[in-house]
Amino acid sequence: MLEQLIDIFLLAFLAIISIAIVRIRNVFTAVMLFGIYSLVSASLFMILDAADVAFTEAAVGAGISTILMLATLSLVGRDREKPLVKKKISFLPLVIVLVTGATLVYGIVDLPPFGAADNPVHTHVAPRYIFQSMSEIDVPNLVTAVLASYRGFDTLGEVVVIFTAGIGVLLLIGGRRRKEENADE
Amino acid sequence: MSDHMILRVVGKFLIPYIMLFGLYVQFHGDFGPGGGFQAGVIFASAFVIHTLLFGVRATQKIAPEWVLRLVASAGVLLYAGVGVASLMLGANFLDYDVLGAYPVAGQHLGIILVEAGVGLTVASVIMLMFFTFAARGEPEGESP
Amino acid sequence: MSGLGIWNYLIIIFLMMTGLYMVISSSNLVKKLIGLNVFQTSVFFMYISFGYITGGAGPLFNENVELYSNPLPHVLILTAIVVGVATTAVGLALAIRIKESFGTIEEDDLHKMDSSL
Repeated sequence: MLEQLIDIFLLAFLAIISIAIVRIRNVFTAVMLFGIYSLVSASLFMILDAADVAFTEAAVGAGISTILMLATLSLVGRDREKPLVKKKISFLPLVIVLVTGATLVYGIVDLPPFGAADNPVHTHVAPRYIFQSMSEIDVPNLVTAVLASYRGFDTLGEVVVIFTAGIGVLLLIGGRRRKEENADE
Repeated sequence: MSDHMILRVVGKFLIPYIMLFGLYVQFHGDFGPGGGFQAGVIFASAFVIHTLLFGVRATQKIAPEWVLRLVASAGVLLYAGVGVASLMLGANFLDYDVLGAYPVAGQHLGIILVEAGVGLTVASVIMLMFFTFAARGEPEGESP
Repeated sequence: MSGLGIWNYLIIIFLMMTGLYMVISSSNLVKKLIGLNVFQTSVFFMYISFGYITGGAGPLFNENVELYSNPLPHVLILTAIVVGVATTAVGLALAIRIKESFGTIEEDDLHKMDSSL
């Protein structure tokens, strides 16, 4: 019961923080709010029994993403003076978002019940991962067993994506600036 | 942030423990929450703190960019190399059963190697990215 | 569906739509990336909610536990989070290059500069 209560309140926090991020015009404040948002979502992952995911979200979302965004802001400079809170709400995006949201809300009616043990998602490969992995792999952390062994090829792809993203960043902003080399331009 | 004595002393004190925690997360990932992805990020965050305290040039002396590039590639190669090794031993790609004396030992060895590859790549790529962002903002002329 | 489930999915859709709204309506490129991240996190919530079992334990093997949450969504999302930060970094790098080339990262100003856009 307590878990469910915490879940309800954390979700409400997330909704409030996301509204604040939308309304705040100052990008620096929005980045800091996004760090808080990541930390709250890490707590929510913990409540939903996903300790590994919570760990990653706390380290990556609240730590690295926030600091990369702050580094970017220090490079692109503060935006020009603006009112702190956005006064005008643009109309067309709101309509698009409301229509899409209404469609999605219509979609949740058909979803299987939340937290039931016999949902379709729990019946296909999950029983094998849970009940066979101790005899096949003998690693108590089932997430590690699935990540590194059963779905090892998938993880190899993810590692290559991260590596490629690193190369992309180096190509885009690594090395010296073009302006310094031919300053006469 | 160069004048903040307290931040520097406390930060210096924290850095080794953050690295130690990163290694713990890496090698305890089989038994508790953790693994290569988290460990890489935590390990990289120790260097991020060092950069914030002492500047990006000082940190790049400890972890030069060419080393990081090599380590990032080595991680991917280690991961793919485990797959190739299992191919050579007659099993499917990334099927660790054949790596050890008996299947479970092979699985353990394979998982440790693969997680090490993930950890190396994630840590060095995150550090590379952060250093690139930080070095971009440094004043001109000081570039190495 | 129980009340908690409806609340959960409603908030997920709300967060998703906030992210989408930010991507469409914000003029600042960094703010758009924050919006993308909010959108992405809502998808993570959806996956983890699907994997959750009421009264189940987290996916750590224990002799005395019979009911576990589904480890598969956890694996998918764990890797997706790290890949997400890597792709966000590429987006931020692009924003820096745009700032250096055009002098601004406000989309409205960029549109004014290039009438062909």
